[in-house]
Amino acid sequence: MATAAAQGSLFRRPTATTGWWSWVTTVDHKRIGIMYCATALIFFVIGGLEALAIRTQLAVPNGAVLTAETYNQFFTMHGLTMIFLVVMPLGVGIMNYMAPLMIGARDVAFPRINAFSYWVFLMGGLFLYSSFFLGGAPDGGWFGYAPLSTELPGNGMTFYSLGLQILGVASLLGAVNFIVTILNMRAPGMTLMRMPVFIWMTLVTAFLLLFAIPVIAVALFELMFDRVYNANFFNPAGGGDPVLWQHLFWLFGHPEVYIMILPAMGIISDVLPTFSRKPIFGYAAIVFAGIAIGFMGWGVWAHHMFAVGLGPVANSAFALSTMFIAVPTGIKIFNWIGTMWKGDLHFNTPMLFAIGFVAMFIIGGLSGVTHAIVPHTAQQTDTYYVVAHFHYVLFGGAIFGLFAGIYYWWPKVFGKLLSEGIGKLHFWLMFIGFNLAFGPMHILGLEGMPRRTYTYPDGMGWNLWNLVATVGAFMIALSIAIFFANAFLTARKGREAGADPWDGRTLEWSTPSPAPEYNFAEIPIVKARDDFWHRKYVVKPDEYATPVVAGGAVAAGRPDDHDHDPGHGIHLPAPSLWPVVAALGMPVMGYGVIYSWPLIIAGGLVVLLGLFGWALEPSEVEH
Amino acid sequence: MRGALLFLLVLTATACAGADDAPQSVFNPSGEFSESADVLWRVTFGIAVIVFVLVQGALIYALIRFRHKEGRKAAQFHGNTKVEVILTTIPALILAGLAVPTVGTIFELQGEQPDDAMRIEVIAHQFWWEYNYPDENVTTANELHIPTGRDIVLEIQGATTDPVDGLAEVIHSFWIPRLAGTQDVVPGHTNFLRIQADEPGRYMGQCKEFCGLSHANMRIVAFAQSPDDFDEWVEEQSSPAAETASGDAGAGQEIFAENFDVRSTVVEDGADAYACASCHAVQPGLEAQPKIGPNLTHFADRTTFAGATFENNTENLAAWLRDPAGVRPGSKMPALDLSEDQINDLVAYLQSLE
Repeated sequence: MATAAAQGSLFRRPTATTGWWSWVTTVDHKRIGIMYCATALIFFVIGGLEALAIRTQLAVPNGAVLTAETYNQFFTMHGLTMIFLVVMPLGVGIMNYMAPLMIGARDVAFPRINAFSYWVFLMGGLFLYSSFFLGGAPDGGWFGYAPLSTELPGNGMTFYSLGLQILGVASLLGAVNFIVTILNMRAPGMTLMRMPVFIWMTLVTAFLLLFAIPVIAVALFELMFDRVYNANFFNPAGGGDPVLWQHLFWLFGHPEVYIMILPAMGIISDVLPTFSRKPIFGYAAIVFAGIAIGFMGWGVWAHHMFAVGLGPVANSAFALSTMFIAVPTGIKIFNWIGTMWKGDLHFNTPMLFAIGFVAMFIIGGLSGVTHAIVPHTAQQTDTYYVVAHFHYVLFGGAIFGLFAGIYYWWPKVFGKLLSEGIGKLHFWLMFIGFNLAFGPMHILGLEGMPRRTYTYPDGMGWNLWNLVATVGAFMIALSIAIFFANAFLTARKGREAGADPWDGRTLEWSTPSPAPEYNFAEIPIVKARDDFWHRKYVVKPDEYATPVVAGGAVAAGRPDDHDHDPGHGIHLPAPSLWPVVAALGMPVMGYGVIYSWPLIIAGGLVVLLGLFGWALEPSEVEH
Repeated sequence: MRGALLFLLVLTATACAGADDAPQSVFNPSGEFSESADVLWRVTFGIAVIVFVLVQGALIYALIRFRHKEGRKAAQFHGNTKVEVILTTIPALILAGLAVPTVGTIFELQGEQPDDAMRIEVIAHQFWWEYNYPDENVTTANELHIPTGRDIVLEIQGATTDPVDGLAEVIHSFWIPRLAGTQDVVPGHTNFLRIQADEPGRYMGQCKEFCGLSHANMRIVAFAQSPDDFDEWVEEQSSPAAETASGDAGAGQEIFAENFDVRSTVVEDGADAYACASCHAVQPGLEAQPKIGPNLTHFADRTTFAGATFENNTENLAAWLRDPAGVRPGSKMPALDLSEDQINDLVAYLQSLE
């Protein structure tokens, strides 16, 4: 717009395309995706070090490595880090890079909101971790049960309340972004039922975030008021109820675990077919099972509260709903095995991680079903049996699935292949270490070891398996170090990947590696599910026959295959600094709540300034 | 994958083994309420193992049978509706089958309570347990005594505030695995837990709901006694405190009632001097005051103290009196400014309270 371009230099769009400033002002979904994943991987190392400290303390009875104070901070931050600063942002980061490519779009619907989400995530994570240097990190558990969380002295749990509220803003805006992008920006011909399974899972995850984040925001807001302004939401002496916190928390918390697992399920639903050389088994069933899990996930929250005393009717209802959510999960597991059935299986590193996901999720899923047996859950709850269950589904499941995605899409992002040999070493070390660390925890829990305890006495029968678990934890750490070594070595001397190193099925493989800034030279017209595959291969009528490589002309694309757009050129969203500015105001507001209320106003003004600049800046770079 | 399978079989075998050397194992039920949960577990776990073997087996089979070999071609089918329907229906039926006894047991354990059950009130503090027997007019701390063969209802009362510092009390949970599953202690709520012990003996447990710095040190010891032995215990508990001998114990009794400066405190009402007697009662009965700390009338009869964390012996008692929060983080008992001689006398006095 001519008038916008005539406004002062304050509102001109940044123009850097290289160097660190170009990363700060980027709105390119690919760069944002890389930043999300890189940041998440750094937090993964930090959360892992916290875990190693915990396991070192628990390696022997009456451990003296950590005091109770430090231990409580470490296990709280380990949980918060892995959930909010690792698994969720890794999922979002991969979604960010790959979703527009997989649907044939050039970027997401709201690129500046996308950037804002990343910077808010970074600010939230830094804010939360600053607590270590400002009197102590949160120490009331990641689940923050009141009244303990309202009563704990110091600022730790206030950092918890504010840090998660800041992170929640990032997630909520990201959810809106992805829903609009997926519903509105698919390439011509890509109907919903032609989308890759990963995109479906992204969509369901985004809807879950959309409805779950406001619930935890309310809970955290009330916690903040109880702590800082002496409200009584969760204090029975003042008319409140501790159980209210639990209902609010788990109403968010259960959909939250599906938010963490669905993207990983989506990833392996695309990795398995590629390396089995055949389509996903039962596409519609997997998609509808994912949607069913999304809906049913709202009806099971009180299975985290079976010992609270809700009464036999409520407990029975939630026992039933918890049992039945196993059904759609089972469908997915059978269909993943069905995908490999009668395939031509190539065990590249992404495939190993995908298979590991399936194997570990079978175990985690089964232990989850045992949690639905309420009378026995009263024995299992709050013991290491539960710790084993959720690590099997969140580490053996989500993390393995996310690594499958990282190894699978690394060549698309960076143009080079990660070393297969080192990748396999990473996988096996991590697989063995993981099972050594968490397998025995099933036994520890059933032998009566409670969770969240900084030490345990001798003579309880827990010594051996705790030591084994600690050994496993250190093996995991070694495997992660090997992954980082792989990444650095590849950056220097990796093999060129080319556009389609895996002979893939979906659209992202039809564009060069690394993906060019505009994603596709011409937007493809989609004629089928796995359209890219069908441009490379023709399947003969006998379904057991092998696909035949069609002529070169087909691979290059049929004449009417692309969206020709003569004359206008490719429009890309322009960089912007204002999302960063707005994001910077949020931790300032947080510090204001803790230390000095004028900072709340100052931070708020920075946010407003950012939003103003955002609204008033021109829509394009000046020419 | 084979390694994982083997590993899991070993785990399974170990897990189902008996557990003499694991006093809090859930596999050693000793009363009808823990036994009915155990039966459900065995059925469910058995089914889970079968499902595990079948599904992991199919996965492993596929990995071996269909791995890439020269000339191998992938079959290009998209699905199989019949197989899908069967594989969806079977788990649903299995789950429905498990649901029926599960709901039945839920109502058996948490439904109506018998009128003739013995009632004991359980009140959780940070980090100790208070037990009140309303019908027997007995109050004690940290060691629960119950008669064998009797149906007992624990009335688990969530106090709203901690009498030590006036802050809100936090959530705890009561758990003795051999006798029953857990029930949370929720401030402002009263929960019920039915327990019953078949045999006399010592039963161990602990608080499972994270409750602060010494959550790990909030343990539970329960003694199940034959009905006669239990009646004897009730009589002992109802009797007044032992007449104090002279000497160190006598000196200790005087120290018990004397105010001392506080060396370190978590109490926030501004006072800087306390006597032991400010918080601890040495008289029997539910009406005995004060009720801020555990009732110590028959302290010497207890095998453990401080949330059943320490053995009740001279060395541990002296260390505790010197600095409670030093030996058990977060303890709300303040460290009083006592000399070593005064501590010796106090220990002698406490050990005389049979």
